[in-house]
Amino acid sequence: MPEPMGFFTDTTVCIGCKACEVACKEWNQLPAENGGIGELSGDSYDNTRKLDGIHWRHVRFIEQFKGPYDGRWLMMSDVCKHCVQAGCLEVCPTGAIIRTEFDTVVIQSDVCNGCRACIAACPFGVIDVNPVSGTAQKCTLCYDRLKVGLEPACSKACPTDSIQFGSIVELRTRAHKRVDQLKAQGVKAELYGADPDGALGGLNSFYLLVDEPEVYGLPRKPALPSRNLAKSASFSFASAAVLGVLALVGLRKRRMDEMGGPGGGGAS
Amino acid sequence: MSDTFFSGAPHWTWFIIPYFFVGGLAGGACFLAAALDWFGRPEDRPVVRTGYDIAAVGAILSGLLLTIDLGRPLRFWHMLFQSENFPALMFKGWSPISFGAWAILLFGLLSVLSALGARTEEGRLQMPALRAVGGLVKGGVAKLVGGAGGLLGLFIAGYTGILLSVTNRPIWADSPWLGALFIASGVSTGAAALILLSPGRGATERSLGWLSSFDTKALVVELLVLIAFIVSLGSVNRVWVSIWGLLLLVGVVWFGILAPLRMHAQRRPLATAARLVLVGGFLLRLTTILASEAIDRYRVAAGL
Repeated sequence: MPEPMGFFTDTTVCIGCKACEVACKEWNQLPAENGGIGELSGDSYDNTRKLDGIHWRHVRFIEQFKGPYDGRWLMMSDVCKHCVQAGCLEVCPTGAIIRTEFDTVVIQSDVCNGCRACIAACPFGVIDVNPVSGTAQKCTLCYDRLKVGLEPACSKACPTDSIQFGSIVELRTRAHKRVDQLKAQGVKAELYGADPDGALGGLNSFYLLVDEPEVYGLPRKPALPSRNLAKSASFSFASAAVLGVLALVGLRKRRMDEMGGPGGGGAS
Repeated sequence: MSDTFFSGAPHWTWFIIPYFFVGGLAGGACFLAAALDWFGRPEDRPVVRTGYDIAAVGAILSGLLLTIDLGRPLRFWHMLFQSENFPALMFKGWSPISFGAWAILLFGLLSVLSALGARTEEGRLQMPALRAVGGLVKGGVAKLVGGAGGLLGLFIAGYTGILLSVTNRPIWADSPWLGALFIASGVSTGAAALILLSPGRGATERSLGWLSSFDTKALVVELLVLIAFIVSLGSVNRVWVSIWGLLLLVGVVWFGILAPLRMHAQRRPLATAARLVLVGGFLLRLTTILASEAIDRYRVAAGL
């Protein structure tokens, strides 16, 4: 049985070259957006803008500038987090989303019927519909490559080792060492998703960040959609019970009025 | 900022909004028909028959809308059976969309049986095969089928709200009240549909009076739950500073709840109040879905 595999993304060494995006698109034969006609975002040098059904990797550019000479660029290659407790897998009604032997989360495109429940369930906004297949799609952590002993296309292509692939245990050790190194240099660095006791049982794609998670478009405390199930169901049941009682009381009152009213014959 | 603002919109729009409305209305009508079937008087039969008809048509329409909305409509059966392991069943008790698919199927079956039984009772069925099936649904069987359909109707009206809550989307996952709200709205729109359609089947003034009285109570419950829903959203309420908030306030609260309540109180024409309730019920689904769908996660995340 293979051990859990994943990514450790050290955002401090990402140079925003987008080689990972290109490698992902090439390997997975993902179609171009808008028929290949380039569309500029207009407010950023990042024109991919988001993860979706045809962009399984996205290098996010965060431009923090107070003035022309006072600021910094943060760059982060974003991808599916392959959550240990995955919201998408939890809600998928067709069984299309599975956990693999590498502890990664994969959508089987031939089973998915495009209901899109997984899109709303993912706390990270990772999944979307691929317009060519009509099904929900996202990073597979190159399941086909892993099966034959190759590393995922994105980490293979990364020229700075910002994206590191390996066993989760080993990656966590490496990540903690890197945080200690950065902190010793006075850099405010934190790991996001590396704690197996943290949110969603830990993320199999975790990050080293130098600012708050929200700055990178990441939720502070991602949670499973099922957290709302019991409470929502209880309130619904209460509402149904109240309406049911109102209907029955109304019918009883009508009957009583008819029996007590003129020509009703009185109570029996 | 709520963590729900970082999730992606599922594009549940122009087939899902009508489905939520039709499903709620059909479920509510079926519940009221079953209540009158069990505890009403013989003079309520036209309302009962109309209610089962609305439920059957609504259930079939719901199934069609849900199927058309899929990215791969021909794979709709993957919701019910394991596609790689047919005929093993596909069911997840913790996933509202999974148990909802089964509930719709069962609700459709029961409501169609009830409608066939009611039509046979009226002598309106021409096809021998349908008449034979309808003939089986009478007496105690009809009551059992109708009662089960009625209870399932309440479930159908409410599970769509639970489905929205069991996500990670803004508004939907930020409040546990949507299921309760949709049940109240489903029952009030079901009553409104019966007020409009059952006179054509011979409903008496007394039956309509009871429907009007019940609709008033359902609208009050809906208003109270709507207030609880808004209060529970807390800081997320800023999303209502939009066209959807205006529609919620004017279309749902004013025209869909307060105006019909006033009309019921003043005993003004029931049909006008019923039409407003239907419009309000539709706008409730539209605003709650589109207000969340419209949120661009990246724009919000970037503080733009």
